[in-house]
Amino acid sequence: MKISIERGTLLKAVSQAQSVVERRNTIPILANVLIEAEGDSVQFRATDLDIEVVDKAPAQVERAGATTVAATTLHEIVRKLPDGALVTLTADGATGRLTVEAGRSNFSLATLPREDFPVMASSEYQSNFTAPAGMLRRLFDKSKFAISTEETRYYLNGVYLHVTDADGGKVLRAVATDGHRLARIDAELPAGSAEMPGVIVPRKTVGELRKLLDDDEMDIAVSVSETKVRFATPDITLTSKVIDGTFPDYTRVIPQGNTRRLEVDASEFAQAVDRVATVSSERSRAVKLQLEEDRLILSVNAPDSGAAEEELAVAYGDERLEIGFNAKYLLEIASQVDRENAVFMFNSAGDPTLMREGNDQSAVYVVMPMRV
Amino acid sequence: MPSLCRDCLIPFNAGRRCPSCGSPLVVSDPELFDLSIAHMDCDAFYASVEKRDNPELADKPVIIGGGKRGVVSTACYVARIRGVKSAMPMFKALDLCPDAVVVKPRMSVYAEVSREIRAMMDDLTPAIEPLSLDEAFLDLSGTQKLHGAPPAVMLAGLVKRMKDELGLTGSIGLSHNKFLAKVASDLDKPRGFSVISRQETAGFLENKPVRLIWGIGPAAQTSLEKVGIRTFSDLLRWDQTALSERFGSMGYRLWHLARGQDKRRVSNNEPMKSISNETTFFEDTNNPDILDGHLWRMAEKVADRAKAKGLAGRVVTLKLKRANHAVLTRRVSLRDATQMADTLYRTARALFDQVGDQGLYRLLGCGLSDLCPEDEADKSGDLLDPNAAKRSEAERATDAIRKRFGSDAIIKGRTLR
Repeated sequence: MKISIERGTLLKAVSQAQSVVERRNTIPILANVLIEAEGDSVQFRATDLDIEVVDKAPAQVERAGATTVAATTLHEIVRKLPDGALVTLTADGATGRLTVEAGRSNFSLATLPREDFPVMASSEYQSNFTAPAGMLRRLFDKSKFAISTEETRYYLNGVYLHVTDADGGKVLRAVATDGHRLARIDAELPAGSAEMPGVIVPRKTVGELRKLLDDDEMDIAVSVSETKVRFATPDITLTSKVIDGTFPDYTRVIPQGNTRRLEVDASEFAQAVDRVATVSSERSRAVKLQLEEDRLILSVNAPDSGAAEEELAVAYGDERLEIGFNAKYLLEIASQVDRENAVFMFNSAGDPTLMREGNDQSAVYVVMPMRV
Repeated sequence: MPSLCRDCLIPFNAGRRCPSCGSPLVVSDPELFDLSIAHMDCDAFYASVEKRDNPELADKPVIIGGGKRGVVSTACYVARIRGVKSAMPMFKALDLCPDAVVVKPRMSVYAEVSREIRAMMDDLTPAIEPLSLDEAFLDLSGTQKLHGAPPAVMLAGLVKRMKDELGLTGSIGLSHNKFLAKVASDLDKPRGFSVISRQETAGFLENKPVRLIWGIGPAAQTSLEKVGIRTFSDLLRWDQTALSERFGSMGYRLWHLARGQDKRRVSNNEPMKSISNETTFFEDTNNPDILDGHLWRMAEKVADRAKAKGLAGRVVTLKLKRANHAVLTRRVSLRDATQMADTLYRTARALFDQVGDQGLYRLLGCGLSDLCPEDEADKSGDLLDPNAAKRSEAERATDAIRKRFGSDAIIKGRTLR
């Protein structure tokens, strides 16, 4: 194999590949990226056995062929090469080395045979549709903060992507929760997705997918089966196993009967929460909200470090309420609000609280209060 | 040489017997009246309490422990002569001593007796560090003026009082730090009174094996032996940095202990690091219902202790021992610290389900660590488990009932499995 490729193109392809590769891993071949050159393009393929990413880039292929080489090393080399350089990759079958040449730099890297590289089995997808990158980005960006890291509840370690009925008909919905907060984000149902099986997209896949979604206008080809999900742009294909488990019935978690309504400027609210939380104990981070008519008092009382209080003018017309939350959770949900005011719907100090942006029902957050 | 009669508590100056009462129970040491750190260890405590309460047992070998599958928790001195040791599997103990009377431990009785002993120790000094029900460190530094007698006299008085008033014997180790006091109390059991003075320290330790150090078990012994350390004199050949580099903080401690130095204070305020409980089954099992019952009982015991101490923990540990003695542990951090048996049980149960069926188990345990005060715990509920709050209330109510009517007043059905 011998190819020449522009440094910028190569860097983009290789960085996508190397981020999939597990840093700590005991199987040497999994640390490698598979490079396959044919026609007028080169393909970079990396996997951790759960996720596979294939990145295609245009290249001048002098001699077709394939090899595998350590992904992080190759990435580091390419990253350090000067911008605009032309990079030549030459695999020498006899020595088992891959030569990387650019200008006056010359590297010789150890390789492993391509036959050893595990390629993810292709599968039948029940549902194939396209969705705009911007829409997918919103679904995942607004929900991923609530993904659980608890391994004992592995079925919460991802975003539950599924089709369901909402007020205005069927929607594509993303839900994530860790038992303390929950995010439920709806999007218009893309054509051809109605039959899509519900799948739990793992946390790492959500992170990798994000890199495909920067361009708002780009159409992403989505394929879903019971066990796998695939997202593809013309250049990059990301295939991932989905979490084998049942996502809990989240609908009964979303409070329906909360009547006490607080409306507040989200960024003012977030800043005030952040300020008072400065004195809270590192671990509990409890903030107390005291609600009276059109007045919200945020306070923290940490016996070890001190106390803080801040008052905000808000819209609130119900009876007095005192309720506590983890400051981190409040900040996370408040930061999801970017256009209108944040609307909180409370019940009692012990019941889950609902938050949304204005009257927008397409992004709803639920957060569990804490005793203060 | 300064000497003390342990029967009539009269100090005198040399002689193998007490000049006043003729008793042979005499302790002598040049520094006898200058040393003030002591370790008191009751002699075969559980067994002695049983013999005291049931005189028929007096001359019989008595073993305290649970069932055929359990281990010996204490053996009386008659049984010890036959080779029975604590922590020995019960079947082995009964092989050695088939006529032994096996008595099930009555922990609440022992705890009560322990409180009586503690009250006697309180008369000597406020600096008491109990290690368990039957042993404690005492620091009597600076109490001579108060008592009008040196520490040695007061300590001899303590064991005499225990014998007279409670019918139990104990052994005293007296030295200039905790490590040596603990070593000393073991030298001359039962009814011992041993002294390791400053002057004798180096000579005493010289050829002693390092396993004398509390906390050096078989594993640590092996790693020390690998580098040629078997005795205290081997340790002395190492310099401090080399030991620290090789063994970390233990190396630092070893360097000091090798020189008979131990700066730890006698204090009962050492913060507790973890609370745990484990049980060895009567019969190895992989029956999920039986294991689940054990898990609940362990969780409840740990939670009870946490509640009693006003503590809660963030890390839950599950421990399993397979039939071949291989130990499996799994741990998980909670977002919100807990002291509730229900949360502890559910978390440990999830860990157990992760481990899956790995054949027969002989032991199961569960623990709580990364402790914090209880008012920082169980602050937020779980969205996905709306009944948790109710169960929590039920648990608090159960606790209140038990407090009033006894621990058996109300129990969960699963406890009976």
